[in-house]
Amino acid sequence: MKKVKPKLTIAVTGLNAIDSPGPGVAVIRALHEAESFDCRIIGLAYESLEPGIYMHDIVDKTYHIPYPSTGTEALLNRLKYIQEKEKIDVVIPNFDAELYSFIKLKSALEQLGIRSFLPTMDQFEERQKINLPEFGKKHGIKVPGSKAVYSPGEINKLESDYGWPLVIKGKYYDAILAYTREQAVSAYHKISAKWGLPIIVQEFIHGTEYNVTGLGDGAGNTIAAVPMRKQYITDKGKAWGGISITDDKALALTTHFLEKTKWRGAFELELMKDKAGDYYLLEINPRIPAWIYLAVGVGQNIPEALTKLAIGLPTAPFTTYEAGKMFIRYAWDMIVSLKEFEQISTTGEL
Amino acid sequence: MKIKNNIAVSENGFVFNPASGESFTTNQVGLEMLNLLRKGTDKEAIIATISEKFDADASLIEHDLNDFSEMLKQYHLHQHEES
Repeated sequence: MKKVKPKLTIAVTGLNAIDSPGPGVAVIRALHEAESFDCRIIGLAYESLEPGIYMHDIVDKTYHIPYPSTGTEALLNRLKYIQEKEKIDVVIPNFDAELYSFIKLKSALEQLGIRSFLPTMDQFEERQKINLPEFGKKHGIKVPGSKAVYSPGEINKLESDYGWPLVIKGKYYDAILAYTREQAVSAYHKISAKWGLPIIVQEFIHGTEYNVTGLGDGAGNTIAAVPMRKQYITDKGKAWGGISITDDKALALTTHFLEKTKWRGAFELELMKDKAGDYYLLEINPRIPAWIYLAVGVGQNIPEALTKLAIGLPTAPFTTYEAGKMFIRYAWDMIVSLKEFEQISTTGEL
Repeated sequence: MKIKNNIAVSENGFVFNPASGESFTTNQVGLEMLNLLRKGTDKEAIIATISEKFDADASLIEHDLNDFSEMLKQYHLHQHEES
């Protein structure tokens, strides 16, 4: 007798599979490979040129949603409209900038029948780049020195504390390595024009960068954790190729992070291992990373596990994964009719 | 010198360190040395085996083995507790 799998309708954002990719398309691939359910995918897009909108073999329907800057009310109204048509079971937001709205709307969305598995507002705020020094101190995790600045003049004071180079970071996105005061000021203006203030000035740790993606159940337990080393990095610092590794220290740090914070949801830790073998936590991304399909490929389908947690299904922790497997990203040109572009642009649906 | 247990070595001389994600390639002599080191063979036996197999002078092999061992240390492929 064949077991019938439940069919879920799952809404996913981050369909911008571009050179600095959103995780949406990789998340959708993972959901289609889920063993415990079948799914229908609703894409949620901000721009008409997000490639995932046109991937009809993996995305069933896409709706425009309003930018986070328009406020949570506008987002809620739009999701109410979409929900009437689509009966979404679970939403997986994949952008840092939209998470605040989705976390704030958690209860309102649950009343509509849309469930999610996101960090709490406290967890989300605590790990913000501007709060990283306090976060490190509180949880006993090494972090590089950093300070939020509101004027380029403040950078001068930090060069004596941190030395050169300095990492100039945006509140949500972007990071530029600056070797001189002029470069630092230029990076300050470039990033603040795009993402606003403050700008985070961070000490540069020399070493090798590692990333860990994983999933916490909100009670301090590790449901999934896969470390990766970037092998091929784009000029925007994004991994275009990477390999799964078995790094006990990185995994121990991840377990420690989850135990201490009781993190709820998916995450990515950006770590730097210095010459002495010590790990520094550079950043906590409170969401699934774009390279998530590697975790699926090595045996940990994190988007599937997250969906199960969202709907309250029992979810056993993953205990193994395959080390030494690589992902290599590629670009793919789709041919799209103007009619489709016109439809998503004018009606906000495709 | 002991080699880390988890290092993967292919028959073509492709070496992968699963802890760091780094990979390396080595030639036939290096592959032979690496495999003997992984088995825990002592230095004298490695020199004797390789000089016989490749018909090379033992002093030359000893020099190459010393260089190769330093390289393995540099790439963190060795265990810290040396026997």
